[in-house]
Amino acid sequence: MALRKEDLLKMYHELVLIRHFEEVAGELYAKKEIGGVYLHLANGQEAVVVGAINALRKSDHVITAYRDHGHAIVRGVHPNAVMAELFGKATGTSGGKGGSMHLASAEHNFWGGYAIVGGHLPIAAGIALADKYRGDENVTLCYIGDGASNNGYFHEALNLSAVWKLPVIWMIENNLYGMGTSVEESSGNPILHERAKAYNLHDMARVDGQDTVGMYNCISDAAEHARKNGPVMIEAMTYRYRGHGVSDRLYASRSEEMKLFQDRDPITVMAEYIRAKDYKNIDEEFEKIHAQVKVQVEESVAFARQSPEPALENIYTNIYV
Amino acid sequence: MAMKNTQMREALRQALMEEMERDDRVFIMGEEVGKWQGTHRVTRGFYEQFGERRVKDSPISEMAIAGAAIGAAMNGLRPVAEMMTINFAFLALDMLINHAAKIRFMFDGQFKVPLVIRAASGWGDQATASHSQTPEVMFAHFPGLYVGMPSNPLDAYGMMKASIRDENPVLFTESIGLYSMVGQIPEHDTDYLVPIGKSDVKREGDHVTLVGYARGVTWALAAAEALAKDGIRAEVIDLRWLRPLDLEPVFESFKKTNRAVIVEEALPMFNVGAEIASQLQEKLFDYMDAPIKRVSALDVPLAYNKHLELAALPNAQQVIDAVKEIL
Repeated sequence: MALRKEDLLKMYHELVLIRHFEEVAGELYAKKEIGGVYLHLANGQEAVVVGAINALRKSDHVITAYRDHGHAIVRGVHPNAVMAELFGKATGTSGGKGGSMHLASAEHNFWGGYAIVGGHLPIAAGIALADKYRGDENVTLCYIGDGASNNGYFHEALNLSAVWKLPVIWMIENNLYGMGTSVEESSGNPILHERAKAYNLHDMARVDGQDTVGMYNCISDAAEHARKNGPVMIEAMTYRYRGHGVSDRLYASRSEEMKLFQDRDPITVMAEYIRAKDYKNIDEEFEKIHAQVKVQVEESVAFARQSPEPALENIYTNIYV
Repeated sequence: MAMKNTQMREALRQALMEEMERDDRVFIMGEEVGKWQGTHRVTRGFYEQFGERRVKDSPISEMAIAGAAIGAAMNGLRPVAEMMTINFAFLALDMLINHAAKIRFMFDGQFKVPLVIRAASGWGDQATASHSQTPEVMFAHFPGLYVGMPSNPLDAYGMMKASIRDENPVLFTESIGLYSMVGQIPEHDTDYLVPIGKSDVKREGDHVTLVGYARGVTWALAAAEALAKDGIRAEVIDLRWLRPLDLEPVFESFKKTNRAVIVEEALPMFNVGAEIASQLQEKLFDYMDAPIKRVSALDVPLAYNKHLELAALPNAQQVIDAVKEIL
C-alpha cells in the first residue's frame, strides 16, 4: 500500500513522540521521580518501532523485550498510561505492578515487554500457534534484541516456528551491543539473520533500521509472507544512543560509530523523505507536530504525577484468575 | 454412578480425552505425545483420534514447549503440554516460574494463562540421579502456579479435568510409581471434578494424623492398615495439591490426634513436611503432644544400584516406626 501524506506524518509524529517521551523519562529517572533500577531507553531505534508496527493490522500481535516504551505507544497505548506505569501508578498500563519493562495492553494486542532475555520468543510462537489453530490470519511480530540471539530461547523458538510453520515475524533489532558486549564479541557468526538458514526460515536479510519507510515496506512484505507461508527472519540494523539502561555507561570509543548512526537519525531520515515529496507548507506541519508532542509528553507527566498509588490490597490481586 | 476398575494412566487418559472431546480449545503438545503414543502411554490413540492439529509432537525443546503453551494459553487456547518427566521441566524453569506464574500479576490481570504442564515424576526403578526426583515443592514455592499430584486413579481423573478447566497455570505431575495403580473411576462422567486446592481425608482415625501426597499417601495408608492391627487408629489426609495448600483438614485432625507424621517421596530439606510442621506448631502449639515427624527420602542423589536406591527411598515401615516413636 502506498503511504499517503497523513500516513507519513502520523509516523513522523510517532517518531518524535517516542523520542521526546523517552528523553523526558530519562530526565525524570535522573531526578528519581521515576523509580526502580531499570529504565531502558530506545533513543535512536525509533524507526524499527514506528515503521514495523505501522505495517501491521490491528488484529496482529506485537511482543517485545524490556525496551518497550515506544512499542506500547506506537501500538496505540495512550502515553499517559505508559508514563503512569513508569511512575508505578494505579493508572499505568499494568496498574503499577509491571513498571518500565512490563508494559502491555491486551486491547491493542500488545502482549508485553518481557525482562528475561529471550523469554518472550517461545511465547510469541505460542501466540501465533493459537491463531493458526483457529484459522485466524494474524501474524505475530516478535522483536528480538541482538543479545537474545545467543541464548537457548532463540534456537528453540525459531526452530519450533519452522517445524509448525507459525506466522511469526522474527525481527532482530540489532543495535550492535547486548548490554556492553558487541555482537562481534558474542556471536560466532555476527551476521545474525544468516541463522535463518539453520532453521529453514524465510530470510529477509538485513534492513536499514534507521529508515522508517523502509521498515514499513519490509514488514509489510514480511507479514504477507508470514500469513501465507510461516515464519520470517529480518535483521534491522540500528543503534541506541544511550547506555543499556539509562544509568549505564557508554564507552567513549564509540563516539565515531555513534556519529555514523546519528547522521542517519530516524527522525532526520523521515523528515528528508517527506520533504522530498514536495508537500505544501511541510515545515509548518513539522513544527505543529513538535509542539503537539511537547504538550502530549507534558500531559503524560502531569497525569502520572497526579495519579494515585495503587491500593495496598492490590499486592494480592491478579495473582490468579 | 457406574464405575470401572482402571490403572491411573488410563484414568488420566480418559480425563484428557473427555476434555478434548468437550472443548476444541484443549490440545496436547510435547515430546512423543502423538505418533509415539506418549512415553507413559497416557496419550495412546490420541493422534489417531484427534489428528496433528490437536496432538502436536514437538522437538525436544522444553523451553519452547512451555513457552508456546503459555503464548497459546494467553491467546485463547487451553494447552496441555507434556514434559515427559519433571526432570526435563527443569530446562523450562524460567518459563514456568518467571512467565507462567507471573504474567497475570505482572500485567495486572490483562492476560490469563490457562494451561496444564504434565510431567511424570518420582523416584524408583533404577532411573538414576537425574531422572529420579520428586521436586513438586520447588514449583509450589511460587505464587501464580497451581501444583497437583494425585495419589490414585479417581483423583487423577478428577484433578486432571479440574486442571484443564481452570483459568490458571497448573503443574500436574504424575507419580511414575503409581501409573499402574488400579482403582475405580467413573465409566464416563464428563463433569467429575476434584476441586483445585482441596485436600481429602482418605482414612479416618483419632490416634495420629498422617499427611501425604501422591506416593506418600499410599505409604501412609499401608502403614495405617498395619497400625490398625495393633489397635492404633491413624487418620490419613491426602493433600492432593501443594498449591493451593489446603491444611484445614490437617488442623482439624491434629486437634483430635495431637500427633502428626508427614509422609512424602521428596527430599527432606525445605519440603512439604517442613512447611506443615511449622504451621502446626505456630497455629496449634497447645494441641501438640509429641514432636511432628517427617518421613521422606534421604538427603542424597539417587544411586543406580537397586539396594542403594531402596535404602534412600521412604516406605510404609518408616511411617509405622515414626508413629510408634510418638505414641
